[in-house]
Amino acid sequence: MGRTIIDKLWSEHRIADLGDGTSLLYIDRIFLHERTGSIALKSLEDQGRHVRNPEQVFCTMDHIVDTTPGRGDATRVPSGTDFIKTTRTAAHAAGLNLFDLDDDRQGIVHVVSPEQGIAMPGVTLVCPDSHTCTVGGIGALAWGVGSTEAEHALATKTLVVKRPATMRVSFDGQLPYGVTAKDMILHLIGKYTASGGVGYAIEFAGTTITALPIEARLTLCNMAVEFGAWTGVVAPDDKTFEYVKGRPYAPKGEAWDRATEHWKSLVSDSDAEFDREIAIDVANIVPQMTWGTSPQHEAGIDQRVPDPRNEPDANRRLSMERALEYMNLEPGTPLEGIPIDAAFIGSCTNSRLSDLRNAAKVLKDRKVAPGVKAICVPGSSQVKLAAEAEGLDRIFTEAGFEWRESGCSMCFFAGGESFGVEERVVTSTNRNFENRQGPRTRSHLASPTTVAASAVLGKLADVRKLEPQE
Amino acid sequence: MEKFTRLKAIAAPLLRINIDTDAIIPSREIKRVSKLGLSDGLFAGWRYTEPGGRAEDPGFILNRDPFRQAQILLSGLNFGCGSSREHAVWALAEWGIRSIIAPSYGGIFYANCARNGVLPVILDNDTVEELARQISENPEQHLIEVDLVERTVTAPDGVLHSFEIGSADREMLLEGLDAIDVTQKRDDEILAFQSRDRLRRPWIYL
Ligand code: SF4
Repeated sequence: MGRTIIDKLWSEHRIADLGDGTSLLYIDRIFLHERTGSIALKSLEDQGRHVRNPEQVFCTMDHIVDTTPGRGDATRVPSGTDFIKTTRTAAHAAGLNLFDLDDDRQGIVHVVSPEQGIAMPGVTLVCPDSHTCTVGGIGALAWGVGSTEAEHALATKTLVVKRPATMRVSFDGQLPYGVTAKDMILHLIGKYTASGGVGYAIEFAGTTITALPIEARLTLCNMAVEFGAWTGVVAPDDKTFEYVKGRPYAPKGEAWDRATEHWKSLVSDSDAEFDREIAIDVANIVPQMTWGTSPQHEAGIDQRVPDPRNEPDANRRLSMERALEYMNLEPGTPLEGIPIDAAFIGSCTNSRLSDLRNAAKVLKDRKVAPGVKAICVPGSSQVKLAAEAEGLDRIFTEAGFEWRESGCSMCFFAGGESFGVEERVVTSTNRNFENRQGPRTRSHLASPTTVAASAVLGKLADVRKLEPQE
Repeated sequence: MEKFTRLKAIAAPLLRINIDTDAIIPSREIKRVSKLGLSDGLFAGWRYTEPGGRAEDPGFILNRDPFRQAQILLSGLNFGCGSSREHAVWALAEWGIRSIIAPSYGGIFYANCARNGVLPVILDNDTVEELARQISENPEQHLIEVDLVERTVTAPDGVLHSFEIGSADREMLLEGLDAIDVTQKRDDEILAFQSRDRLRRPWIYL
């Protein structure tokens, strides 16, 4: 029987079979950030342990750093500076590759890692951060771990991992106008729930995936964890190779030829069998919008807020009721037209150059609606520089968006800056959990173009109804 | 790491689905680079009436007797989904929770539990609801016994339910092992892998 891409990546990194479906896996690369990396490094040091291969360990500052222009080590998050300084000292002491605040390689870990060629096809990469699965979009086997497991990976270059079941999600057809990778993954989660992928490693495949640019594949895999999956991966292809080529940590010369030769084998065999298969025809997907406090609480923008009374499952009904109360929404309200207070474009899901370009197409020669606070935070310093080089920053600022330094910013609330209490935010991020973007803030997840269109109209909007500006 | 073998203790039912780690410990409650001092922030958004405040919400289960002394938590599907922050487990453990019983878990959270002496038990949804029902209907009967040696849960009414757990996780919990120590015994194998792999995939080695 043929082997899936997941089988291949797994066996390539297996050092020992520990029985019971558990393996000792070799970890090629480790990424850290100041929020959770700090504690892993400190704890390792306290135990007198060493980082095994520091040259393969990377660290960035993204979670707590301030994103207002002219920032330094000072943070709005109480005691945030302590996280930054602890990380810096520990990273230097351990000899890691550190992308510090003043380094133009700094940015959100999952944006930086493919950008610098650290995440590549076929590598195993872990980070104490749940969205590490993002770089599955480039054909890496990458997953989020806790701090203790990060310490294990740092000290031994390995992890003890129970083999996940395999799932193939096939998206086929041509994406309709206004529909993006973000809408695809929200649609999947809405249909199969936020725990639909628990216990699985997922290969995203099909004609739609083949046609997706790399950055869109990263968006798609980013939210595999929101589907409950252990990770998601897209088989590397010519587009992937083209994306990786020439990046700072990518192989060069003869090594490049050998690497690509190898990467071509990292595809599922035609007779490979998955434990579960899901097929989705993208023709039926419309721009998506969440209405509740779990990514599974979502619907097409042309739909209404659902009525919990129609939900047969008692647990889901309860969670819907709680969500509607938190979101202050009445069943039956059309999603399109719900007034908003703020709009946010950023996060490891949707803050790459293509995301900003797409949003800028909507914003060009338009203005953010009066009273709407609109913020754009590029995913990395590289993205910011590239966007500024082509004038995207001016389109954003002229429309009324704030233009910031890169970082996680208001994707999550750590005690510093936030959206206001009970403010309604349309956001290109990945989590609409209670209090995620601020105390009692109400978050609606959507694609960057939908966020841009909503910012312009001052309400949740159907981007398909706004003419794009060329 | 603290060992886990058997525990008979008060169980608190918190049967919501998709309880995420942001809810278990909000980011704003993670104030220092430390694994300690987190129990105060456990479920802060639900436990206290105001964000950042400390006035207890009497409606929240862990603010009520006898559940203030709970060492077992019953919960719904996909407990601990979301952010990888291990602080969620550290906060639960510091507060006093030694075992969780739920139909499924966020994957990273599950792995974090086993590495911190907290036993994540998987029982099907109907069973978890039945346990919760027994506790709610008869508050005198709020004791559940979790036995990792036998891999069983004894309900308040005495009925036994078995559960499964990976042998590596089970052994780590039973023995209170440090996973790094265990792996470091395989150092030769790791080094041998690296030298083979360096020939096969030289581009990986910076
Ligand atoms: S952007 Fe948001 S989701 Fe992504 S790593 Fe940062 S905090 Fe996490």
